[in-house]
Amino acid sequence: MNAMVPGRRQFLLATLSAAGGLAVGVGFAPDAAALPTNTEIWDTPPPAGAHEVTAWVVIEPDESVLIRVAKQEMGQGILTALPMLVAEELGCDWTKVRAEYASAHRNLVEKNVYGRMGTGGSRSVRENYRLLQQAGASARERLVAAAAARWGVAPAACSVRDGRITHPPSGRTLGFGAVAADAARITLTAEPAIRPPEQFRLAGTPQPRLDTPVKVNGSARFGIDTRLPGMLYAAVAACPVFGGTLVSADDKAIAGRRGIKAVVRLKDAVVVVADNFWRAKQALADLPVTWDEGAAADTDSAQFRAAYRAALDGPAANALTRGNAAAALAGAPKTVEALYEVPYLAHATMEPLNCTAHVQPGRVDVWLGTQFPEKALEAAAEVAGVAPGNVYVHNCYLGGGFGRRAVNDELRQAVAVSKAVGAPVKLIWTREEDIRHDRYRPQAAIRFRAGLGADGMPVAWQARTAVGSIRRSLGWDPVTNGVESSAVEGLANTPYAFPNATVDCILKNTHVPVMFWRSVGSSQNAFAVESFIDELAAAAGVDPLTMRRRLLAGKSDFLHVLDVLEENSGWGRPLPAGWGRGIAIHQSFDTIVGEVVEASVSSRGEVRVHRVVAAVDCGHVVNPATVERQIESAVIYGLTAALSGEITIAKGRVEQGNFDTYEMVRMADAPRIETHLALSGGGKWGGIGEPGTPPIAPALANAIFDATGTRVRSLPLKHARLVGRA
Amino acid sequence: MLRAATQTEARMITLTVNGREHRLDVEPEMPLLWVLRDEIGLTGTKFGCGIAQCGACAVHVNGAATRACSVPVGSIDGAAVLTIEGLSAESNHPVQVAWIAEDVPQCGYCQSGQIMAAVAFLKATPNPSDADIDAGLSNICRCGTYPRLRAAVHRAAALMRT
Ligand code: FES
Ligand code: FES
Repeated sequence: MNAMVPGRRQFLLATLSAAGGLAVGVGFAPDAAALPTNTEIWDTPPPAGAHEVTAWVVIEPDESVLIRVAKQEMGQGILTALPMLVAEELGCDWTKVRAEYASAHRNLVEKNVYGRMGTGGSRSVRENYRLLQQAGASARERLVAAAAARWGVAPAACSVRDGRITHPPSGRTLGFGAVAADAARITLTAEPAIRPPEQFRLAGTPQPRLDTPVKVNGSARFGIDTRLPGMLYAAVAACPVFGGTLVSADDKAIAGRRGIKAVVRLKDAVVVVADNFWRAKQALADLPVTWDEGAAADTDSAQFRAAYRAALDGPAANALTRGNAAAALAGAPKTVEALYEVPYLAHATMEPLNCTAHVQPGRVDVWLGTQFPEKALEAAAEVAGVAPGNVYVHNCYLGGGFGRRAVNDELRQAVAVSKAVGAPVKLIWTREEDIRHDRYRPQAAIRFRAGLGADGMPVAWQARTAVGSIRRSLGWDPVTNGVESSAVEGLANTPYAFPNATVDCILKNTHVPVMFWRSVGSSQNAFAVESFIDELAAAAGVDPLTMRRRLLAGKSDFLHVLDVLEENSGWGRPLPAGWGRGIAIHQSFDTIVGEVVEASVSSRGEVRVHRVVAAVDCGHVVNPATVERQIESAVIYGLTAALSGEITIAKGRVEQGNFDTYEMVRMADAPRIETHLALSGGGKWGGIGEPGTPPIAPALANAIFDATGTRVRSLPLKHARLVGRA
Repeated sequence: MLRAATQTEARMITLTVNGREHRLDVEPEMPLLWVLRDEIGLTGTKFGCGIAQCGACAVHVNGAATRACSVPVGSIDGAAVLTIEGLSAESNHPVQVAWIAEDVPQCGYCQSGQIMAAVAFLKATPNPSDADIDAGLSNICRCGTYPRLRAAVHRAAALMRT
């Protein structure tokens, strides 16, 4: 990590590209800081006297420290975890830390000063911890150098604690604020080494979220809360059949209505603009619209289900070959085969999609919640027809993301409408629009064939998935080799020691757009794999936990997760009549999560989930409080999908529209959830926002099998005909 | 001129929101939610579903928890409305204090509604059991903060008893 480079910018760039290919920027002038409260967390104008020590760190005159975060807060706690990593090295007083988003505009203009700002794939901590620690260490060393210079002592003789620099031999001490201006002008000759996790002081301790105070009094600004002078409101209806286009809209039907300002026609949608959202929405509902619904208007879910099943018998691309599975299967004393099916799922973020856009000559401003501010910036520039450097993205708190806010369809609409009407416009999707025009978790059919040897252990494993391609759906990539990594995650990279295995992939899209949904391919593949392993255990007469332990022999991290699960779940202990216990373990985003579910099934077939015990190996932990909450969140999210989640198609359009038909787990359905860390440390850094979701559906299905003897092979569970034994 | 003014006057709907009187020239069918958000400018009350399913829009109307998306403002002319912004000046209502102590919010979008629902619930049920909470609090949280919500409701109940 130590190198001698003349200028501090070049110095940092060189150092950090070695550490991970990202650049940390350094600022030169006092030029940015936050509002007194972080209700609005986009980059804001500077208060007088604040000093930017690096692009990430601003020290304000009152000694408070503003830490900029280049990842987006959608509930996962990143606005707290990332500043903890900076503060870990900076040595500031954590109680004086405030966080705000880094600016996408500045990132563009200053050539990637913040690195990749897109937030997804449970990547924020594991991809950035070195960079952020380095930013904190670099700022600290400059502050120390500035104080040492003022005292005429060696920097090495100084120490830092709680935002103060001390020279113990002389007892002199200075606050960060007193030397921040000098520090901004310091050139370091050597980059300080960062602490290994074993030496963390702040990171690894549970810390309250920095954004909690503004989220308990209504002051946190979500995109939907944007208010601008002269702002109009827009309601939108896209063609109910994906891929269809607008033919005509008869504005005369709503002419003269109070508050209605305009009807804007987009290629595939119609928009009513008014002085109040309700007026726009009501008028839109009464607007006669003619659509060209296109070729898909006759399709339905039954056709798709048949097509995905049929595709399993057609040509496939190979994603994994180990040994000779066909021969081993033919020679196996016992074979087991099963087909698993999952439906499309909507994200249903609590905050419906919305965007406020203000298109002016030579300048475009947008306010929204986006997971990818840099892509939002590009999209706004493209639609408005301006250079990206003229676009300002004011990212807000996201009222949920789960992958949906990775692509901002609502932003494109809002920019087009603002441009058309020449005023700032807040465009809001109703819940129905949000459910019916999502980009969904793909529907899939997954088939397994396995052969069991004389000892009951699998000697052959064949898996085949027929599923929609996300990358093709987004137009990102034709995936010419026919294997999409997200489609086979958890299949092709199976941790189980099958001596002979094949995994085949059939990518098949319908007209329904598909995208990333919390845990992506693992959301369906873990359900299928972990259910089928349970079937093999039952066929072999082996305890399901023991079967997994044998298949994971030698993998100490997986085995440790199983041990922690066994110990804390009371595996094998008797349960009340009508109850069952199920287990699943899955690695995604470099994190292993095992879950044990206790559930009961009543004589009328009602399923109740009572208890979930989770064991987690994400390597290292920054904020244990966040890890616990993200597991709870991911379990509930996966439970909603397992119990009732499905998007079905009739006449080419989505049948569900709101929470009455796309049902959510509520308080009364929520189980007790206990999270246990089973950290393996070392070089492992795993994600935490998503990996808790994949194991919950199979663990629950396995618990239902334990309780009833009925194997659930298709989700959601609400369609399964179950009869409890109590 | 005089007649027009009188007609407007006759259409006016009066609401006292967080102790402040508002005279509103809006259609009586307009849901309270959009009056609060778009006309008065109080955006702490959220839009989640529009059909009384999720509770993101919960406010108190004359002291009772109400889903503002489904109440035509004309039906509550003269009412006193309390929103999250008016619950306390310093976020120090016991329910807010409990929410902070349990660090409940994740994305936070549902939390105004959760808090307003919990405040009304605890008035009627000052010493709730888990079963009472299951039966009395049905707002959706897509982030799944239910375990923390439950703990915070118990904590708030304890704070309010002392
Ligand atoms: S917005 Fe009113 S209950 Fe959902
Ligand atoms: S905290 Fe996100 S919906 Fe409840």
